[in-house]
Amino acid sequence: MSKVDKHILLRHHEIPDIANIKTYQADGGFETFRKVVSTKMDPVELKNIVHDSGLRGRGGAGFPTGLKWKFVDDNNWPHYLVVNADESEPGTFKDREIMEKNPWQFFEGIMVSAYAISANDIYIYLRGEFWELAHVLDEQIELMKKEGLLGKNLFGTEYELNIFTHLGAGAYICGEETALLESLEGKMGQPRVRPPFPPAVGLYAKPTVVNNVETLANVSLIVEKGANWYRKFGTEKSAGTKVFSLSGRVKNPGNYELPLGTPFRELIYEHGGGIIDDRPIKGIMAAGASSSIIVADDKALDTPMDYESVPDVGAQLGSASVIILDDTVDMSWLINKTTHFFKHESCGKCTPCREGAFWMTSLTERIRSKKGTMEDVILLEDVAKNIKGKTLCALGEFSTEAVLSAIERFPDDFDAQVNK
Amino acid sequence: MTEVLEEKTTKLVNLTIDNLEITAPEGTLIVDAAKLAGIDIPVFCYHPKMEPVGMCRMCLVDVGMPMRDRDTGETIMEKGKPKIQFGRELQTGCTVSVSEGMVVVGYTEKVKKGRQDILEFLLSSHPLDCPICDKGGECPLQNLTIGYGSGESRFDLEEKQHLAKHVPLGDLIWLDRERCIQCARCTRFQDEIVDQPVIGFQNRGRKLQIVTFSEPGFDSYWSGNTSDICPVGALTTADFRFGARPWEMQASASVCNQCSVNCNITFNTRREAKSGGDLVIKRAMPRQNEEVNEVWLCDKGRFAYTSVKKDDRLTQPLIREGETLVETTWEKALDLVAEKAKEAGKEMVSLVGGRLSNEDYFNINQLTAHLGGKSLLNSEMAGGDLVSQVGLGTGSNIADMGQGDAILIVASDLEEEAPLFWLRVKQAAERGAEVIIANARETRADRFAKYKIRIAFGQETAVILSMAGAKEGIAVEFLADDAKVKAAAKVFSEANNAVIYYGSDGLGLSGSEELSKACAFLLSETKHTGRPNNGLVAVWNKANLQGAWDMGFRPSETLAADLKNAKFAYVVGNDPASKDILEKSLKDTDFVVVQDVRLSETAEIADVVLPAQVYTEREGTYTSAERRVQRFYPAVPAPEMTKPDYKITAKIAKRLDLSLEKIAASLVFLDLAEKVADYAELDYVRLAEVTEQWPIIGRDDLFYGGTSYQNTQGLGKQISPAIETETIKYEAFVPSVLSKKDEFLAVPVTTLYDRGSTMLSSEVLQPRIADPYVILNTADAEKLGVEAGVQISVKLNGKTANVTAKLDDSLAKGIVLVPRSMGIPISDPGSITIKAK
Repeated sequence: MSKVDKHILLRHHEIPDIANIKTYQADGGFETFRKVVSTKMDPVELKNIVHDSGLRGRGGAGFPTGLKWKFVDDNNWPHYLVVNADESEPGTFKDREIMEKNPWQFFEGIMVSAYAISANDIYIYLRGEFWELAHVLDEQIELMKKEGLLGKNLFGTEYELNIFTHLGAGAYICGEETALLESLEGKMGQPRVRPPFPPAVGLYAKPTVVNNVETLANVSLIVEKGANWYRKFGTEKSAGTKVFSLSGRVKNPGNYELPLGTPFRELIYEHGGGIIDDRPIKGIMAAGASSSIIVADDKALDTPMDYESVPDVGAQLGSASVIILDDTVDMSWLINKTTHFFKHESCGKCTPCREGAFWMTSLTERIRSKKGTMEDVILLEDVAKNIKGKTLCALGEFSTEAVLSAIERFPDDFDAQVNK
Repeated sequence: MTEVLEEKTTKLVNLTIDNLEITAPEGTLIVDAAKLAGIDIPVFCYHPKMEPVGMCRMCLVDVGMPMRDRDTGETIMEKGKPKIQFGRELQTGCTVSVSEGMVVVGYTEKVKKGRQDILEFLLSSHPLDCPICDKGGECPLQNLTIGYGSGESRFDLEEKQHLAKHVPLGDLIWLDRERCIQCARCTRFQDEIVDQPVIGFQNRGRKLQIVTFSEPGFDSYWSGNTSDICPVGALTTADFRFGARPWEMQASASVCNQCSVNCNITFNTRREAKSGGDLVIKRAMPRQNEEVNEVWLCDKGRFAYTSVKKDDRLTQPLIREGETLVETTWEKALDLVAEKAKEAGKEMVSLVGGRLSNEDYFNINQLTAHLGGKSLLNSEMAGGDLVSQVGLGTGSNIADMGQGDAILIVASDLEEEAPLFWLRVKQAAERGAEVIIANARETRADRFAKYKIRIAFGQETAVILSMAGAKEGIAVEFLADDAKVKAAAKVFSEANNAVIYYGSDGLGLSGSEELSKACAFLLSETKHTGRPNNGLVAVWNKANLQGAWDMGFRPSETLAADLKNAKFAYVVGNDPASKDILEKSLKDTDFVVVQDVRLSETAEIADVVLPAQVYTEREGTYTSAERRVQRFYPAVPAPEMTKPDYKITAKIAKRLDLSLEKIAASLVFLDLAEKVADYAELDYVRLAEVTEQWPIIGRDDLFYGGTSYQNTQGLGKQISPAIETETIKYEAFVPSVLSKKDEFLAVPVTTLYDRGSTMLSSEVLQPRIADPYVILNTADAEKLGVEAGVQISVKLNGKTANVTAKLDDSLAKGIVLVPRSMGIPISDPGSITIKAK
């Protein structure tokens, strides 16, 4: 049995040598995969376990993982599992740590998941900057082939499993699952019209599950220890632990794996050591550049970090890339950075995002250069509102979150910037 | 299976759009359903011929669905009506299909505001250069700006991006990068519709730009269509840019006479100072005919009009005085012609080309018959008589072919010979039709063919006879045993409907005749005759060869001798003297009359030259390879002294005591319908009939279908093949075998961009013309020490020429492809000598 202490995912904190396959195997690693395959476990049973565990997608949307798996069309073959390792949300750096420090658990998780959706091929789509990591993963895949964990006739059964890594070329949009699939197919990374969703029509128009690295890294332990074990962590609707990537104006930035529902205050002050120079906290971006900016008052600090509670303070948990803003941060400066980012990363496929991100950027530039007026701020807000709800994918929607919340919640920062 | 499909496709659902209760087939997109109901939903990226992509977001609508009780699943009622729940956000009408009980709303403030927002975004990066933009006046963006745009811009004009405005994507299409709204219609057209993704997007976000990936740029026969469907002035054609404003021009319906598809076109004309006050053609646009060319044109057809020049026209009858031709009057010329014709009597021949109208052919044939002469056709393809027997059944529309049907292409590079046929067969393949190709080399049609039978040049007839199961008298067992041929024969024979397209790839006249007989036999044997979407299509290399056959003209194996022995040759609309052998023969002909629009090589040696009219200057009809008879109308006035061919012939006939109609083409057609049985039921009024077509294009809403013209002047009529009950008898014969005495065998093939008069005379098309070339097998070339692209010397039919060598791996050893009209005259396969230089 695998030992689990404080961490489910970042287990290298307890088992420093877990990146060594022998150490991982000595801890019971790959036994779950072996058991699942060699006993020819019913994939439906696996889907049910994951569904019952309450595991939700860690990439940002928080969609129930087991439910997504159940949507896979069993009348259309083959099926594919695609691992989203594009990790490109500014402020998110959890998947990389999981893959680098606890690789075998990650692999076992995706392998059990592939079996559960009756897929024989797994594609790991990595952001282009992860080329060193991709190299290591490739070596590890080769090692697993030698160990008899991948390939044909696994454990004497008819089951075959292969893993391939694929590097992106540096586009934020390729973290969006359908743009990722386009890119994986060798096309330009632009999102597809949905529906149909990937479990019906995915990679090469075949049923495909696209899940985040962190999501799938949980799966082998959930299957080993059961749905109820996993439900012991976190809250009723947000089960399990989550790796929070803490950054910004905190003393100890880094990845912290905590049960979902842990309040912001505990993450920031207990684990993060508080604000640099002990200055007052001003705002929180819970989901990287895609976040609305939360006014960091007591109510917000005491809000549990889970999928249901964060919306109460006007934001989303997203991928839990928590960026801390203190009183030195001017929100007009901040949204100039986020709009610039979204302008740069907009794929250009749909009008409101392509043109809107461009427009918002030029307005924030004007405001930042102190050439703007209050009318420019009002226009900026209106442009953001006009983008919202009309874009093809969520990226365009995300580009407005920081802008709208900054103008609404931190009006003083804009007053100070514009010509009266 | 088909029943299930039919049921599935015909299932209708009820919904309301803007309070109008409508019924539409399940699966119809909201934008299309609205269109059917007469409600316009604005679009930029959506086009009814392509898959929806939901990019531009202009077609926003509010979509509501009937609410259902979670437990019982029953519809919740409110005041006797289903309670409707609308989505939180607006939806794009181009990506959502209609369903039962759906409520679509497009007129509310919320929807209007949504569309206004999208339009404002689009305009934030669009230049304000409508006054100098070619699209101005027929521009979807301009029109929708009037509908949804704000009176003033909130975007700072100083911050607009400035991009290159004159980018030649290729020789025929120019791109204005500032105007592009990134709708991807052009790139999707090239990819989805014509399978030639030579243009695409580069970069991303607001930097997204159309670029070409091919060398030469935008290397496609279809590029002009992208300009029609471009919803802004980003893509303009080389012939028309800065040429005229849409509202200054008149529209004249016509039919393209570049190949035997007979695409429907509209000529836009304008009277202008720079043309000396003349009414001139400014551009050719597709005219919708869903049974022929849909809303598309190939580039050769689109730009061919530019080859007609005012300067090189014949405008006056000419008569020979010693070594020179001098101008004369019609009276004198016609008197002399009649006198000489009468003298020749039975020893006269009429020789016609493939681009005259049915009315011209009819009158010429009547005159020839009156004198007892021969009606000859200057053509190297045969089989028009068989097409009139087993051609496509009335009511055929390749667009109706799909699952369960088969299409056989033999001896044809279909895209080069008849681009629209290629496109239509491709689409049939995409709908599930089994395409069988029996060619001696790779062509672009191979990409969608399921059965690719690679034959040797010379085996065309053998392979078809093998498929027909003909055993006696032919030595083709080796093909009949071929597994691929067997499989293809089975599919063809068992298909619900089957069509054969036979072309002229590698064939001369005798080969063509044998092949056409074999094809007719195969169709008859497999009972694929006399029904819609069954039958034979000859992929003629001229626009109206089928019409010429129908009116009684036949090609001759002994044309040179026929001319040589004739006392009088009446040469209309063709240039036999451009071929050495015929030129020699004509010099022996006692009296040569040429009736044409230009001073051709034959005219230069003629005794009398009569100035005729170009088809854009007069009325007439053509009969397509699918035996569709279609009218064309005058677009521009003819030079004063010229006359239409049928009229000139009638005037000669009158002097020979034969009364032929000369007043109008429509009246000639009445005579024709009386004497030519297949045309009996037709007249000009019937040919001008139009029925409702889908998609509905060319109305006020140019945003939906592009600038292709609505067809208001006639869809034409398909005439029925003779065969309804009788079957084609097959007379056993041994197909001629191509003998190869020498090392290399030259075979004639067709290329769309040849060096014929259309290409050479058009300044627009000229850059697309290749230098004279032949194609060799790669291994042969290696042996000869010839590399791709180098100059080589070839000797064919006693003539030596220097040409470029092109290489092709798919070609059999010892074969040399010689494109027709490419500088080296070739009519039949024959020996060729090749020397490296």
